[in-house]
Amino acid sequence: MTRTLEPDTSAPAPVKRPGRASALTYKHRLSRMDVKLSPYLYISPFFVLFGLVGLFPLVYTFVVSLNNWNLLSGPGEWVGFDNYSAELADPLFWNSLFNTMSIFLLSSIPQLVVATAIAAILDQNLRAKTFWRMSVLIPYVVTPVAVALIFSSMFSEQSGLVNHLLSFVGVDPIGWKTDVLPSHLAIAGMVNWRWTGYNALILLAAMQSVPRDIHESAALDGAGFVRRFFSITLPSIRPTMIFVIITATIGGLQIFTEPRLYDATSSTAGGAHRQFQTTVLYLWEMAFQRQNFGKASAVAFILFIIIVAFGLLNFLISQRIATTDSRSESKRAKRQLSRTLRNGAKEPRA
Amino acid sequence: MTDTIIRAESAASTPEPVAPKLSKKTKHKGLGIDRRPGFLTYGILIALFAGGTYPLWWSVVVGASPSSVLSQEWPPLLPGGQFWDNVAVVFDTIPFWQALLNSVLVSTIITVSVVSFSTLAGYAFAKLKFRGSNGLMVFVVATMAIPTQLGIIPLFILMRQFGWTGSIGAIIIPTLVTAFGVFFMRQYLVDVIPDELIEAARVDGANMITTFWNVAVPAARPAMAILSLFTFMMAWTDFLWPMIVSPQNPTLQVALSQLQSARYIDYSVVLAGAVLATLPLLILFVFAGKQLISGIMAGAVKG
Repeated sequence: MTRTLEPDTSAPAPVKRPGRASALTYKHRLSRMDVKLSPYLYISPFFVLFGLVGLFPLVYTFVVSLNNWNLLSGPGEWVGFDNYSAELADPLFWNSLFNTMSIFLLSSIPQLVVATAIAAILDQNLRAKTFWRMSVLIPYVVTPVAVALIFSSMFSEQSGLVNHLLSFVGVDPIGWKTDVLPSHLAIAGMVNWRWTGYNALILLAAMQSVPRDIHESAALDGAGFVRRFFSITLPSIRPTMIFVIITATIGGLQIFTEPRLYDATSSTAGGAHRQFQTTVLYLWEMAFQRQNFGKASAVAFILFIIIVAFGLLNFLISQRIATTDSRSESKRAKRQLSRTLRNGAKEPRA
Repeated sequence: MTDTIIRAESAASTPEPVAPKLSKKTKHKGLGIDRRPGFLTYGILIALFAGGTYPLWWSVVVGASPSSVLSQEWPPLLPGGQFWDNVAVVFDTIPFWQALLNSVLVSTIITVSVVSFSTLAGYAFAKLKFRGSNGLMVFVVATMAIPTQLGIIPLFILMRQFGWTGSIGAIIIPTLVTAFGVFFMRQYLVDVIPDELIEAARVDGANMITTFWNVAVPAARPAMAILSLFTFMMAWTDFLWPMIVSPQNPTLQVALSQLQSARYIDYSVVLAGAVLATLPLLILFVFAGKQLISGIMAGAVKG
């Protein structure tokens, strides 16, 4: 870019020896342009592309949602917020929101607890560390589509493995696909199966960054494994837990693949009675099967606001925790440290 | 963070080593925090391993058997000899090789694009001073929490208007850049390149892009590898958008989902397809698993 500048742009420079000095100023100017413009040049591909394919569609979603807009016939008349009031009064929309929340809670809470437990187990002085770490990550390399197909077969009501095994212990077949709670459990199971190990590794990393001397001094004071886990490990990994919760929320509220492919025999997406139709699935059905782009966009925008609100809430909570944490924690760490020094040595000079 | 600060402080405040350091041995024996865990721990880990791999094993077993195996009195434990017969049905039902090729192309192009643009922007945010850099970086971080996936309806309208539906390009375009990539590269580069190195290169007369190429890119390589891995996985597993915009020219995931679109589902065929589609990633995992793990763990500490 800057190379195309004409040399004469650097002409007005007071010089003694015209030839060399003006060449210097030209070079100098060129390099200053280089320094000034390059950063913008480097970030512009991201911002231009992100604006075009990320942000613009979101804004345009809002525009579409204010119109009667059919998949085939295109934009119709302007209807203001009618699509929103129609959706907010539609029990099917609320049903999808309920299903999404239910599946989200069933997947995120047990997942967080189990992932923390797995991380604590992996955070020991294990033999063959890498092998165990890899082994908890295996489900992550199975794509959601494949996971949905596999679980769909395992939870099949007639010939599925789960009901088959349950029959051996005398449990009657469970309606894994027809009933509300069982289907939510099965879908949450897919999410949990694929993501728990992944999140365990994130939490493991946080656990390993806890300073060892804090553990040591606590152990010196007679704190056992469990006590140290609850008093040291858990408080120190809280920021990472919030990170995990935020990503799980953003992903969990947009769940689509698993419920879409869970029961392919049903003619309605998300079960014959929409018993596991999530909001993105409802949105997809509204747009591409019922062909109502206007209403589907309204649903997308409402969901967008819900997710952003969740994100903000998480952010605010984590900010508060982080500020109080860093204060109390550095104090606590200092106390711990000075105690270690005192125990081990004569007198720490502070 | 606080840890290193405190360490530095205590080091500064105690000029001579007053504390007789506990020897390694006594530390380990006395406190027991580095003790080798017992059988219980390994028992749990083996159970986890079994739970994590069993669904895959199940799909191998069923995928290599006739579908009648599901109505036996006992659930099958070992694969039958029918895998290739089932695979043949998979090949008849879906354009498997075309879909595989599409997936490879889509994921590769997205990965190259995301990693290049993220490295460029991440380097600028980490190491270059320019007006508005802080504000723009906040914007990048904020957009990480925005579900851009919800813009699919206008994207679809646009793609149809351009006549791009059913093409690989339409699948690729929405994910050419990610805010996460920029954030990730920035976090990595901010620590890893000393400012002096850039200054030295500049003093030596290197212009900005040469400095980027010769100083930043070599330093960024490990992070670029990790970002590549994650971006590739993301592109490879994506389902919603490829299914909407290009069902007639599917990626592997879309093709796989079409295996069970019939009214009657032959799970042997479906699971044979699932096994076949999972194999490439499993092989990748065997070779790149360590990097994937270190990437996940690095992201956690940095993020």
